[in-house]
Amino acid sequence: MKYESQKVAMYYFAGALALFVAQVLFGVLMGTVVVVPNFLSELLPFNIMRMVHTNALIVWLLMGFFGCAYYLIPEEAERELHSTKLAIIQFWLFLFGAAAAVVGYLFRIHEGREFLEQPLWIKLAIVVVALMFLYNVSMTVLKGRKTAITSVLLLGLWGIAVFFLFSLYNPSNLVLDKMFWWWVVHLWVEGVWELVMASVLAFLMIKMTGVDREVVEKWLYLIIALTLFTGILGTGHHYYWIGTPGYWQWIGSIFSALEVFPFFAMVIFTFYMVWKGGRTHPNKAALLWSLGCSAFAFFGAGVWGFMHTLAPINYYTHGTQVTAAHGHLAFYGAYVMLNIAMFTYAMPNILKREPYNQVLNMWGFWITSGGVAFMTFALTFAGVVQTHLQRVMGMNFMEVQEQLGLFYWLRLGAGVAVLVGTILIVWSLAVPGSRQKAASQAGLAAAE
Amino acid sequence: MSETLTKAAARNIFYGGTVFFFLIFIGLVAHSVTTASAIATNNPITPSVAAGKHIWERHACIDCHTILGEGAYFAPELGNVWVRFGGKESPDGARDALKAWMKAQPTGIAGRRQMPHFAITDAELDQLVDFLKWTSEINTQNWPPQVSG
Repeated sequence: MKYESQKVAMYYFAGALALFVAQVLFGVLMGTVVVVPNFLSELLPFNIMRMVHTNALIVWLLMGFFGCAYYLIPEEAERELHSTKLAIIQFWLFLFGAAAAVVGYLFRIHEGREFLEQPLWIKLAIVVVALMFLYNVSMTVLKGRKTAITSVLLLGLWGIAVFFLFSLYNPSNLVLDKMFWWWVVHLWVEGVWELVMASVLAFLMIKMTGVDREVVEKWLYLIIALTLFTGILGTGHHYYWIGTPGYWQWIGSIFSALEVFPFFAMVIFTFYMVWKGGRTHPNKAALLWSLGCSAFAFFGAGVWGFMHTLAPINYYTHGTQVTAAHGHLAFYGAYVMLNIAMFTYAMPNILKREPYNQVLNMWGFWITSGGVAFMTFALTFAGVVQTHLQRVMGMNFMEVQEQLGLFYWLRLGAGVAVLVGTILIVWSLAVPGSRQKAASQAGLAAAE
Repeated sequence: MSETLTKAAARNIFYGGTVFFFLIFIGLVAHSVTTASAIATNNPITPSVAAGKHIWERHACIDCHTILGEGAYFAPELGNVWVRFGGKESPDGARDALKAWMKAQPTGIAGRRQMPHFAITDAELDQLVDFLKWTSEINTQNWPPQVSG
């Protein structure tokens, strides 16, 4: 860390980690309701838990992105942040908006569109927060050194704000509603969020492998070119069955099938850079998360996405547990792991912690990743059985769900493992490691 | 990676290609918007259908159910619930059955997923049913494959 203002990222990292725990906790509650249906059914119905679970995820990932940007941009632009004060005000405003939304949900105050449940005034507050943020980081970059990493990151962050505006459009025509709802949802997670992901990974590669910037940035442009060339028209895979014309089945199938390639390119990129760099960076945990991010994103977003993206297959699997399986692994691999990689890299630098709980952090990596992977397998099997019984045999939804009990129990177990892993991750980042532990770790490493 | 491809060339490919694909996307979406708007001429969105959509949103139905396959996968698909309740053959019967079903929630049956009780008036229930009926008439390319949803 070279610039004092990079410290402001700590607010965002801390807020994000707190919401991460809340998100996983609500996930475990929902997993419990699925197997014990009367649990909390009067006090906290499933639909309310679900909006807390998904919104907490989206907000903490965004908060993490803001933190990543505040840490990364001064270092890339080689100057202090335009305004540290504005960044702190923006943080509290964003946290207040998120908290107000959650409290409102518990009292059944929401707009009731999936993922966009925030009441209008909170949506507008999010726009204000985004503008404060974009002004701050854009001014920093404009006055400082411009690199490919900052250009791509800014393009991604501006894109997030621009596409969020479509959340304000809610026509009475359900078909139009759905079409533009995907402009927020798809063009975020399979579009501009991937620009953020690729640029932050590129930054981490430069810092940790020592590979030449020219090489890394050329890869960056090629990866994001693949991302948007496939991802924009890949939106078509959401336009198969919602009242849109049949040609989307061709366009969506072809382009979304190709969405695997940018994720594969990210795997090649990160592993090749680490191999080529040949340098042993002391922060092994951050390196593990970076490599894990590209690998899990490839499986979650790439392979599990491809599995049900072709229209003739999606005709049967659309809206089953197959989708849930893909959603969990993709979000975890691409965006949770990206954020944790950056937190793991940046927090010891900001806090000036030479020895920190690196081994504990890596335990957190394996337990959480193992849990999410197991959950994905359980939901995939549930989805395949559901697809056959409900979509081929024509069995009634609730009867089919009764057949899936075993898989849902396995999913709950995996969810508890994820909660344990999450707590380990947060603990390892928040609590300083002791000198003694560091010494024994060094001894252990030598013995191995 | 080959040295013939410079960073500047990679950047230009990215920006040029992105603009190209985005323009194609906008063109296709614009065409689809005209067809989606045309749906409303054969199957008009009456004030009741529009009100029904708001009731659907006010109670966050989508955070348990799915509609045209999108939602929370916890409760049945409702895009075709009108058809499933026999609305094509007997509209009055289906309307009464749907309203009675919603009024009877929660069932309180142990071990069965519970739908909360929503404070919805009889007139609002009619609007909600109008919205579900309208939705069932969207051309979904024959999705879902079975009437079970």
